[in-house]
Amino acid sequence: MKQYAYYPGCSLESLATSYNLSTLEVAQKLGVDLKEIKDWNCCGATAYFPVDELLAYTLVARNLALAEKEGFGEFVAPCSACYKNAYFTNAYLKKDPDLAEHINYALEADNLHVNGTMKIRHLIEVFIEDVGLEEIGKKITHPLKGLRVAPYYGCQLLRPRKDHENVENPQFFESLLSALGAEPVDYPSKTRCCGGSLIVTNRKAALDMVHILLQDAVNRKADVIATTCPMCNVNLEVYQSQVNREFGTQFSIPVMYFTQLMGVALGIKPGKLGIGKELVSGEPVLAFAY
Amino acid sequence: MSERIGVYVCHCGTNIAGTVDVVDVANWAAEKLKHQGVVIAREYKFMCSSLGQELIEKDIKELGLTRVVVAACSPHLHEKTFRTAAKNAGLNPYLVELASIREQVSWVHTDKAVATAKSKAVVSGAVSRVIENVALDEIKVPINANTLVVGGGIAGIQSALEIANAGFHVYLVEREPSIGGHMAQFDKTFPTLDCSACILTPRMVEAGTHPNITLMTYSEVVNVSGYIGNFNVTIKQKARRVKTDLCTGCGICQEKCPKKVIDNVYEAGLGYRKAVYTPFAQAVPNFPVMDVENCIYFKNGKCKACEKFCPTEAIDFTQQDELMDVQVGNIILATGYDLFDATRIPQYGYGKLPNVFTSLEFERMCNAAGPTEGKIVLRDMKTAPKTVVVVHCVGSRDENYNKYCSGICCMQSLKFAHLVMERTGAEVYNCYIDIRTPFKDYEEFYKRVLEEGGHFIRGKVAEITDAARLPEEEGKLIVQVEDTLIGKQRRIPADMVILAAGLEPRHDAKEVGKLFGIACGTSGWYTERHPKLDPVATMTEGIYIVGCVQGPKDIPASVAQGAAASARVLGKIFQKEVALEPIKASINQETCSGCRICNGLCPFNAIAFIADDMVSEINPALCQGCGTCVAACPAGAISGTGFSDGQIMAQIDGLLFRNLEPVEA
Repeated sequence: MKQYAYYPGCSLESLATSYNLSTLEVAQKLGVDLKEIKDWNCCGATAYFPVDELLAYTLVARNLALAEKEGFGEFVAPCSACYKNAYFTNAYLKKDPDLAEHINYALEADNLHVNGTMKIRHLIEVFIEDVGLEEIGKKITHPLKGLRVAPYYGCQLLRPRKDHENVENPQFFESLLSALGAEPVDYPSKTRCCGGSLIVTNRKAALDMVHILLQDAVNRKADVIATTCPMCNVNLEVYQSQVNREFGTQFSIPVMYFTQLMGVALGIKPGKLGIGKELVSGEPVLAFAY
Repeated sequence: MSERIGVYVCHCGTNIAGTVDVVDVANWAAEKLKHQGVVIAREYKFMCSSLGQELIEKDIKELGLTRVVVAACSPHLHEKTFRTAAKNAGLNPYLVELASIREQVSWVHTDKAVATAKSKAVVSGAVSRVIENVALDEIKVPINANTLVVGGGIAGIQSALEIANAGFHVYLVEREPSIGGHMAQFDKTFPTLDCSACILTPRMVEAGTHPNITLMTYSEVVNVSGYIGNFNVTIKQKARRVKTDLCTGCGICQEKCPKKVIDNVYEAGLGYRKAVYTPFAQAVPNFPVMDVENCIYFKNGKCKACEKFCPTEAIDFTQQDELMDVQVGNIILATGYDLFDATRIPQYGYGKLPNVFTSLEFERMCNAAGPTEGKIVLRDMKTAPKTVVVVHCVGSRDENYNKYCSGICCMQSLKFAHLVMERTGAEVYNCYIDIRTPFKDYEEFYKRVLEEGGHFIRGKVAEITDAARLPEEEGKLIVQVEDTLIGKQRRIPADMVILAAGLEPRHDAKEVGKLFGIACGTSGWYTERHPKLDPVATMTEGIYIVGCVQGPKDIPASVAQGAAASARVLGKIFQKEVALEPIKASINQETCSGCRICNGLCPFNAIAFIADDMVSEINPALCQGCGTCVAACPAGAISGTGFSDGQIMAQIDGLLFRNLEPVEA
């Protein structure tokens, strides 16, 4: 059976442990063999690339080299930022021999070499494309019937791969939610940026963006927002109270990882999925667990 | 040394001389290829000029040249020029070779030393090859004076009328039930705002009644064979299920037909027609057609209301498609364009947000004979808009869809702005990338719309949404656009948005092109013979392209092309016969093994198998000299005149300098 190189990324070890827990539980349930890459390092996230591109690429390339060395063919990241960085680095390694030479020169110090032969996948792709919606549907024991879920793609999940699907109006997240029995909510800002790390450097601008996202989802009567990225999850959930203060709104909409929703639908105990750690109560989802 | 060869190296101004040392090439040829028979090698600024040609002609006569090599541009451009010059001087034109040192050398290299060395190789190859050339005689064939025009829009109508008025017969084939094309759908035409129907319908009627025009509507070309002067065309007449000899066009059948169908073609989905219908009141011809897919009788065997009420018994449910063959000498393609499908840009909301309209829908809405009788209203068909946004460049000038500019949409959008302001008094915003108004009186029209109070925002629209964020946006469409002139993001609340969708090649342009033996460019429009100097001819002799098939254009340009192609066709007809290239393939029956591999490969169906002798044979009248069979024949039994194995091997030897005399140590 196919084994995937699993790259959890830093967030899943700290802020987003519930994403990590639910990912591993769901993967096991669906028979997806995720094997964590040994000795992986941070991908540089959004911060390192503007500082020094070459070093940032090298940082990512080290993870790819480790995965290549262990003989993996596919590299899976649950975080959209990690995914995007790996995707681009891998693509540039193949297209730009000069860059590859520089990177490999640096990696030599670590006795590593990268070829750029890895197939880079986001976790949600693996579930949808490799396991398949039909297969997932068969294993659903607790369908999320009537639960209105706003699928939040964010930007980095889609922007690296223009050839893959319609970037402006993708549908795969909706299809997954439908397979879980939930009701996907159509709202206009599903692929809009959440502000990312601007929340630290330019709080006002980021809150504006979070405000729009929350408003659109609430206007379309979503019960919960589902995310595919720890950064998006934090911005939408943790900053709700600040948005409320800033804009005089009264948002209180739960924000959960798509893997948590999958886990509930697959009959996994909420505790094992990290449910209960959220700041805005996941009550509407929890109701389906029993 | 039996041959006397002249080599002529062209500077082409600086086109060649800028990258290739032409003097060096000429001197080299004179010295190093002397043993091959080169008696003179010259260079000249413009070989194709009359003085350049005279130079060659003079040498042929005075030096008794028997072969000529011109090192200049691609044979596509000037092979004919130099062959004609040779002919004028009494030399068989097929003893002239062109060595392409412009397209294949100077334009693709930057290093002068490399380019000069490569030019020598190309010249050397041409000299070796030209020795093997044989004199050929052109084949003359008579030209059939009939012409086929495919497509009955304004460009095709113009072509047909010009030729018919000159006294020659035209078959005008149209896919839809009526001629008229897109122009018949419009209300006003820019920049004069004269009524489209008023200027078009007289032409339609003239084409419909002209004694020299056989009008074949609701028909399609299904097969084309032959060559210039002698095309054989098979046309499918789709079953109208209305007998045209009995029908008087009274319209009672449409009136009585109980089945209403959304008209996606003529009304752009905004209005209805019946299952038996003429697309519009001024249709030419005025005979209806029956839409079998929607007809109640064809669905459940009942109804026949049309037949019951028809006063002349013209309805015939049993009618079938018919094929007919026509012989023509020339073909003009005027099959037009498709509108860009705006649903492909989901962020503009077309198909999802009801009050987002396409330009064609809006044209129908403005038309007094259209579904709203000319009233500009929202999708509810009654509310007049107070704010309208026109979005330019929808699907055009966009890396994700079509890179080209569709040309007509700026003026069309300005026209819309004017009509909205005139008829509703609403505020109109035009969101544009650049306003392009290059032709006569166009810029003045732009000025006029500005003076009338139209708002113009320079910026590409990012999104159209109904998700309101501010109280004044409630219930409106919000157009999000960056105003690049003031450097600010703007959100414009509007009641109606019109998408100025671009023009695209017909969805089946590629297949149709194949049918007629012509090619599409990278954007899908048919490729003209020369972009500036021969815009209506194609690389296939006898096939012409006019109007939007060649690229987006407005009505005046389409009409001009229609007339231009007719002039070209009439010129051919008056010549009465046409000289065909003698470059043909032939099969040596002694060595042909009868394997029949070539039979299926020939794109022109020129090869027949003679079962009695177990060999294949090529019909020289149909052969276009493409060389496919020559390359494919496993026995080497097929050879092409002008491209014999001997010529090609000699050229390769020359390119590799194997023809040079060994240098003595």
